[in-house]
Amino acid sequence: MGLPSGRLAIMPTRTGAQIIWECLVHEGVHTVFGYPGGAILPAYDAMLDYPVRHVLVRHEQGATHMADGFARAGGGVGVAVATSGPGATNMVTGIATAMMDSSPIVCITGQVPSKLIGYDAFQETDITGITLPITKHSYLVTRVEDIMPAMKEAFHLAKSGRPGPVLVDVTKDAQQASVDWKWDSSQVRLRGYRPDRPVMREALAKAADLIRNSRRPVILAGQGVIQSGATKELLALAERIDSPIAMTLLGLGGVPASHPLNLGMMGMHGEAWVNHAIQEADLLLAFGMRFDDRVTGNIKTYASHAKKIHVDIDPSEINKNVVADAAIVGDLRETLADFLELLEPADHAPWLAYIDSMKGDAAVRDIQKLPDTGHLYAAHVINDIWRITGGNAVVVTDVGQHQMWEAQYYHHETPRSLITSGGLGTMGFAVPAAIGAKIARPDAEVWAIVGDGGFQMTQAELATAAQEGVKINIAIINNGYLGMVRQWQEFFYERRYAATPLRSPDFAKIAEAHGLEGLRAEKRSEVAAVVERARAAEGTVLIDFRVEQEDSVYPMVPAGADLHAMIRRPERSVLAETGADPI
Amino acid sequence: MHHTLVALVEDKPGVLNRVASLFRRRNFNIESLTVGRTAEPGISRMTIVIDSDQASAERVTAYLYKLVNVLQVEDLGAVPAVARDLALVKVAVAGHDRAALLRVVDETRAHIVDSGEQTMTLEITGEPPHVDSVISRLEPLGIIEMVRTGQVAMRRGDTALSAAQYS
Repeated sequence: MGLPSGRLAIMPTRTGAQIIWECLVHEGVHTVFGYPGGAILPAYDAMLDYPVRHVLVRHEQGATHMADGFARAGGGVGVAVATSGPGATNMVTGIATAMMDSSPIVCITGQVPSKLIGYDAFQETDITGITLPITKHSYLVTRVEDIMPAMKEAFHLAKSGRPGPVLVDVTKDAQQASVDWKWDSSQVRLRGYRPDRPVMREALAKAADLIRNSRRPVILAGQGVIQSGATKELLALAERIDSPIAMTLLGLGGVPASHPLNLGMMGMHGEAWVNHAIQEADLLLAFGMRFDDRVTGNIKTYASHAKKIHVDIDPSEINKNVVADAAIVGDLRETLADFLELLEPADHAPWLAYIDSMKGDAAVRDIQKLPDTGHLYAAHVINDIWRITGGNAVVVTDVGQHQMWEAQYYHHETPRSLITSGGLGTMGFAVPAAIGAKIARPDAEVWAIVGDGGFQMTQAELATAAQEGVKINIAIINNGYLGMVRQWQEFFYERRYAATPLRSPDFAKIAEAHGLEGLRAEKRSEVAAVVERARAAEGTVLIDFRVEQEDSVYPMVPAGADLHAMIRRPERSVLAETGADPI
Repeated sequence: MHHTLVALVEDKPGVLNRVASLFRRRNFNIESLTVGRTAEPGISRMTIVIDSDQASAERVTAYLYKLVNVLQVEDLGAVPAVARDLALVKVAVAGHDRAALLRVVDETRAHIVDSGEQTMTLEITGEPPHVDSVISRLEPLGIIEMVRTGQVAMRRGDTALSAAQYS
């Protein structure tokens, strides 16, 4: 056949299925999350010969969230595996979640044999087409020799630049075919993908001038701080220019909550003084954030007196929602280091004192200050978990009221200590993502904080935690409602609670049915004991916290309203403390 | 206003889908999109006309660059450019003044590329507004069928768009 002599001797034959695992091992992957099926069976058969742990999920959505949680907690790339058709489509929600939050995952799906593509074969679906708008990039691989390049490029794309999900769809015949194969250790080069950019000296100088001329600066710190590992540089800059820092939801942990310049979270459920500081600022320094509508409120009245500096690794974020006066595209850590070389120390004591003076008003409205009436508030639960864990846990939240209370009452000190679905707002994220996070960081104390609604969306993954012996702690903030939707109905739909009352099973018994420990707490005085018990237990523990049913998250900027037009918690509690069964 | 964007893309399966999907996903309306080969092997060229303001055109350009298979994007709205569109128009000839049709052909540099017993087919090439104006003159005569290629465009002068730097 005219092969060069000697080639066969140095290149062993591998099947496509083997090449998938060879590539994963070479990429440093030790755990994948998946679910087998017909079109991915060759890969599953080959898996047994490779040193990779497979976590059998109960639904492929769980696999993607686990890979996502794994990536966000550990800083690496998470891998999810599924078969064709329904296996692949079940991944869609998790892929979209990872896309919106720039989380690096690689999803490997089996596809029907290439000769059957287009013929509506059993379990055939166009998963590359379906996921086109929700992946950073995707591959349909129909030839065994294309598997390695696709896998290498997938990992390169997932983790470089602005991270994101990449899908590799491999036909069954490509998995079964064999080829002479050797690992190609060369660097991936893609003609149309250049995440590295030259330093933008001119924009840097302009931004430095804006900073020098500012009297009321506010730094807006997003997830980019965490993803580029820029905590140290950001704090150095904030201290140098004496600027307060407001955090996005996904940015929490990027700067220690206890740092005196850290104001806390901004946006729809941000603290009042944070949003007022932004509205009254003369300069915003947006670092690795994208001016999401939940952060800006009404864009027309957003920080209208402020010049804006925008640093982001994704050029398409510049001038998308907010027009920047100085824009720098590039890695945040490197850009901040460049700023540090340009900028002299400044003092904004009057500005900081002014912001501080706004905190008193918030303090009297703080739910923590309410007299203990015996009722259990979610804020109490979360604040107690924070206190008891010393703020050192990795907390994975679901979506809704508990997510916002977590952001307000669990004070994160370190990067990658909060994992939450921010952009897509995916209910059902917490439990599977917490399992992934624990596997990425086995030494960390991992808490899933989740509502009674979201928990039931991916409750099946309790069985995964049990089978895999993964130890997480699950705190269900159980208020008998789809709470955030109920809150919107209370505020904006005349308390017409359409489809929000929720009757749930006995969650503690659900845990017990899985061979896991289930606990319940109904009073604040019971919180500490169950939290301590969960921490001390060897296996996964679920705690059902029966909290006040009709509490609301304050402050709240109604969707589309001006950022300074917040609904505040009343100073005297007017909460309905009925405790009645809503159903 | 109209913006004409030219994109050099890798000639790989699904690239047209990725580009079209991007415009749909980001809520931009494509007025015309053409795609064809270039002088460079493996590189295709798309000409995309959209109705948008300058800021939106810049956003689209940035989004296009996010596609891994897109190598280079140029907004021809900002530079002098040659643009051409081609139309084939089948016009009824029975029942009215054939001379009127031939007068339009003569005055507009259209070409007769086919003629049947009831119809005549014309080829019209030129700047898109020229093609528009010829078509509007043909409308009263009775257009039976029409197809337009959509616009292709190229920057004037010696500056050339090439994918060579992305090898």
